[in-house]
Amino acid sequence: MLAYFIAFLIIGLSICWAEWAMGRAGGQKGYNSSPGILGALTGRKNLKYLGVLGVLVPVMIYMYYVYIEAWCLGYAVNFMAGNLDFQSGDEASAFFGSFVGISDNGAAFGFGIKQVGFFLVAVFILNFFLIYRGLSRGIELFCKYAMPALIILALVVLVRVMTLGTPDPGNPDLNVSNGLGYMWNPTKVLLEERTAGGDWQKVREIVGERSLSNAVEEASASPNLRVREISLPEQLTNFQLWLDAAGQIFFSLSIGFGVIINYASYLKRKDDVVLSGLAATSANEFCEVGLGGLMTVPAAFTFLGVAGATGSTLGLGFNALPMVFSSMPAGQLFGFLFFFLLFLAAVTSSLSMLQPGIAFLEESMEIGRHRSVAVLGVITAIGSGFVVYFSKDLKALDTIDFWVGTFLIFVLATMQIIIFGWVIGIKRGLKMANQGASFPVPKIYGFIMKFITPAFLLTIFALWTTQNVFGYNIITGQQEYSSYWKDLFIEPNGVARFSVLLIIIVAAFIAFLASIANKFKFQNEGENKS
Amino acid sequence: MTLGGWIIMLISVASVTSLFCWCIYKVLSTPEEEKIHGLEIETPDTEHK
Repeated sequence: MLAYFIAFLIIGLSICWAEWAMGRAGGQKGYNSSPGILGALTGRKNLKYLGVLGVLVPVMIYMYYVYIEAWCLGYAVNFMAGNLDFQSGDEASAFFGSFVGISDNGAAFGFGIKQVGFFLVAVFILNFFLIYRGLSRGIELFCKYAMPALIILALVVLVRVMTLGTPDPGNPDLNVSNGLGYMWNPTKVLLEERTAGGDWQKVREIVGERSLSNAVEEASASPNLRVREISLPEQLTNFQLWLDAAGQIFFSLSIGFGVIINYASYLKRKDDVVLSGLAATSANEFCEVGLGGLMTVPAAFTFLGVAGATGSTLGLGFNALPMVFSSMPAGQLFGFLFFFLLFLAAVTSSLSMLQPGIAFLEESMEIGRHRSVAVLGVITAIGSGFVVYFSKDLKALDTIDFWVGTFLIFVLATMQIIIFGWVIGIKRGLKMANQGASFPVPKIYGFIMKFITPAFLLTIFALWTTQNVFGYNIITGQQEYSSYWKDLFIEPNGVARFSVLLIIIVAAFIAFLASIANKFKFQNEGENKS
Repeated sequence: MTLGGWIIMLISVASVTSLFCWCIYKVLSTPEEEKIHGLEIETPDTEHK
């Protein structure tokens, strides 16, 4: 959590304020899309091509996000129908796999209540209906009631999680206290095994007294096993921790998505972007740390153990939370309400992912909103159809999520903060941000946004690429290409290759439109003076 | 959970909750028509060209 908070202060707030400021200033110049905003603010025509990422990222993420949104709606309906009264974690996992069509390609297209197909179609239509209506009548009206309702319900679920106790007396270590300990204890305890090369590798993390005594017994019986405590300072020297913290910040704050810069472009000249940015990030932190951090991971640990609590947030939510609802009074009702409100929250996110694409099509093709919505609808329907059809092991979703939802977000966020600090200039950038602000961006952030944030991002991006793409372990020096790289070049996987091809085709289409659009024919600074 | 875990958890949750509450207070105490408001009823891109 310490790494996460530092990443929040260095990356989260910096990029958030930079995006809000650039977006609002770009909007004042008559641009709402990322290529237009970056070109107009910097006076460099080639920077519109970097802005293409600000359209590509949200559009591509939408293609799989809508699938996840359909899971939420499907779970809500299945809770209401009484289909999710699970007795074990395995049952919950089996339902999830079957529901999302993990067994085979095309399996997700089933239209029964226990399959995602119908929900997907419903969600897709709802999204485009709301985006068609426009921002304030659609998204804003929707969020005004849905978000407070979600927080209230999350508080109810939180109380239930905190009072779970020890659900399985046969496994006394699996209790809420240990679940919280797994999440918050500053010192981690590992069982490690000596490899043939003499290095020590993690076997598993140990949480709970009984697990610890079992591990100590195992270690005393074998010279190749040991139990080791890892202190907080030692954990902070692990760069993987920083990579994870940065990745979490990007996704949870929606920075580096191209969404904030677009939304901020609709603000007025005197609107307070400093307070708005801080309020948005603090609301997210409250929900993520104050509610989610106390709810999802401890619940997953309590029902599924360490192995179950180490998965993705999505996996945790869809496997662990149904177990929580199954074990609480009126769980069916609360399960329905929770997943329905989660679905509503997901709708607000997916709508925000559509708006940058719509604004770009309007500006580049010089068409109105409704036509733009139709064009984007066709593009995203094809993309989402591809992702949902290739549901075996969620391969298409996973591949696009890696290359766009992680890799390109890093690139876009880094690019944005460098443009803000070095191309626009930190002095002008902060002046843009502070316009109309009830309190200014703290002065220290001038230095942080110009030097610390770009250096931090470039460093972890280089390390992340080295490790997660090329598979080079900086600590041990061993190399094994990541599965994403193998899928493309070493052990080719057709679905993974087509997924990347889809990304390239959409990127080329956006770049082509940016290159021919009359509105994006910027002149470099100096050209118009000569 | 260890004592250290409790301390980190309480500090983390208290700090994000305090920041969130302060932001809500600031937003609600700022005159709406001046600086904090919803987006326009019709954003510029809603119009047909």
